[in-house]
Amino acid sequence: MAEQMKVIYERPTSWANKVTHYCPGCTHGVAHRLVAELVDEMGLVDKTIGVWPVGCAVLGYDYFNFDSVEAAHGRAPAMATGIKVTNPDNFVFTYQGDGDLASIGMAEIVHAAARGWPITVIFINNGNYGMTGGQMAPTTLLGQKTTTSPLGRTPQANGFPIRVAEMLAQLDGPAYIARVSLDSPVNIRKAKSAMRKAFNAQVRGIGFSLVECLSTCPTNWKLTPVESMERVRKEVMPYFPLGEFKVVEGVL
Amino acid sequence: MSDKVLMKGAEALAEGAIQAGCRYYFGYPITPQNETPEYMSRRLPEVGGRFVQAESEVASINMVYGAACAGVRVMTSSSSPGISLMQEGISYISGSNVPCVVMNAMRGGPGLGNIAPAQADYFQAVKGGGNGDYKRIVLAPSSIQEGVDLFVDAFELADKYRMVVMVIVDGLIGQMMEPVEFKTRIDVSTLKTPEWATVGRHGRDHANIITSLTLDAAGLEQWNLKLQAKYAQVEQAESRIEEYQMDDADYAIIAYGTMARIAKTTVRVARDKGIKLGLLRPITVWPFPAKQMQAYVGKLKGTLTVELAYRQLFEDVQLTLCDKMPLGWYGRGGGVVPGPQEILAAFEEQFGKGR
Repeated sequence: MAEQMKVIYERPTSWANKVTHYCPGCTHGVAHRLVAELVDEMGLVDKTIGVWPVGCAVLGYDYFNFDSVEAAHGRAPAMATGIKVTNPDNFVFTYQGDGDLASIGMAEIVHAAARGWPITVIFINNGNYGMTGGQMAPTTLLGQKTTTSPLGRTPQANGFPIRVAEMLAQLDGPAYIARVSLDSPVNIRKAKSAMRKAFNAQVRGIGFSLVECLSTCPTNWKLTPVESMERVRKEVMPYFPLGEFKVVEGVL
Repeated sequence: MSDKVLMKGAEALAEGAIQAGCRYYFGYPITPQNETPEYMSRRLPEVGGRFVQAESEVASINMVYGAACAGVRVMTSSSSPGISLMQEGISYISGSNVPCVVMNAMRGGPGLGNIAPAQADYFQAVKGGGNGDYKRIVLAPSSIQEGVDLFVDAFELADKYRMVVMVIVDGLIGQMMEPVEFKTRIDVSTLKTPEWATVGRHGRDHANIITSLTLDAAGLEQWNLKLQAKYAQVEQAESRIEEYQMDDADYAIIAYGTMARIAKTTVRVARDKGIKLGLLRPITVWPFPAKQMQAYVGKLKGTLTVELAYRQLFEDVQLTLCDKMPLGWYGRGGGVVPGPQEILAAFEEQFGKGR
């Protein structure tokens, strides 16, 4: 009966109803959807400013119905700081990949975290530079072959991968730091829960928050979407363990 | 009623920016302009503004970019090597059509150079520095008072044309003290948030997007043509020059900023000797006051361009006056500042006794 039917799943209203440019099996779409769901559920669409990176998510601003700006490579946290300081009541988040955040933008993310001002960072860790064709990133695993580590990453030639969440959790500034994975329904639910805490850390004025999302890149990994999800579980999670690394009082 | 106060240049310029409505400042320490951020850090909280010390000049300019997207009056200042680091951000801000003000207290270069007064960043300020086809308005005061007054114009022009306005000074203007009067005080409560600003929708029926990215080549060409049309409008309307002792001049010195101030003394000394010398002082070095200079073709027997750099300003003079009259040049580099007599000697060497 029609009157007994109810909507249990729908497109978030803050989603701009466009087809994304992301590759099949890429988890950017999942991360985008979680952002849109939370903006809807927390009633933030009117006060949100998204700060988009240089990388695969460079066109992210096209996919949402809230205000957005497009930062220079790695500078999203600095730009977000400038936006937040002019309108502290607004909700300001950056969305950055691992090359953007952990390589060229390392200074900006560390100092944004150290300042501790309430901005939120969604950090996509897929272990390579996706948009430019799969070069080695700061998060590329030892042994992993990329277009600039064709024989596999070695400590001697390339140094070691950087665990961003653990590193930033050492600082006094952040209110909430977590690493989640987008590989499975259960982990996606956990990811949303972590993102909600991160959003809340800002909305409640507590401080800086970051959620690192283990993500897939089937095109450059040269794996199927299903194989990519398996790789996240078998190879990536052992080096980049999931969990909450910093939760200050009041974050919920 | 005179309201003059004695202030150090770098602080007076900061106060000038605040009186012009600047409420947000992001910066990183570098000599010779540290008194500007120090003053801002004390003063901005008193007027409801915010000062942020950034982790680098790269971060400073991108914080400026963020605040500029919110449609507020925002600035940064630095000195030559720091301004070099900001070029990426200046290009993005220009490509995004948002307004801000950047002050460069120029020092000797290249590289780390030194902290003495120089004008060797002329090309960087006027011709580019960052990537892509963009322009910024460049104001070049030659006294503290003029710098204070020009800061009002700087913010007004930035807002009017939605572009980067640079104010170029040097350590001499920044470090000396002069009496200064703050003639214009902008009431920031009268400044409206522009409709394009990314301040949250708050009921607006569409999202505002600020980006310098246009993947489609034809679309980016159209965007460039819009920028070019704007720059042409600025060139038409905003070039400024001071013409000093030019009514009966046979010759003119062409100089800006600190160099022009010293050259004024040269003009007076030359006139005492019977040489009819004047001074053409660009106040805007972009747009370059070409028409104003070209009006002297046929009237002048020659010009001597004087700068704290090697043939940078001179290149624009050559483009402007071409072969219409003899064009002399004299410059010192590395932070060495020539005195009035040295400039007069250079003039006499190149133009005889000027008669």
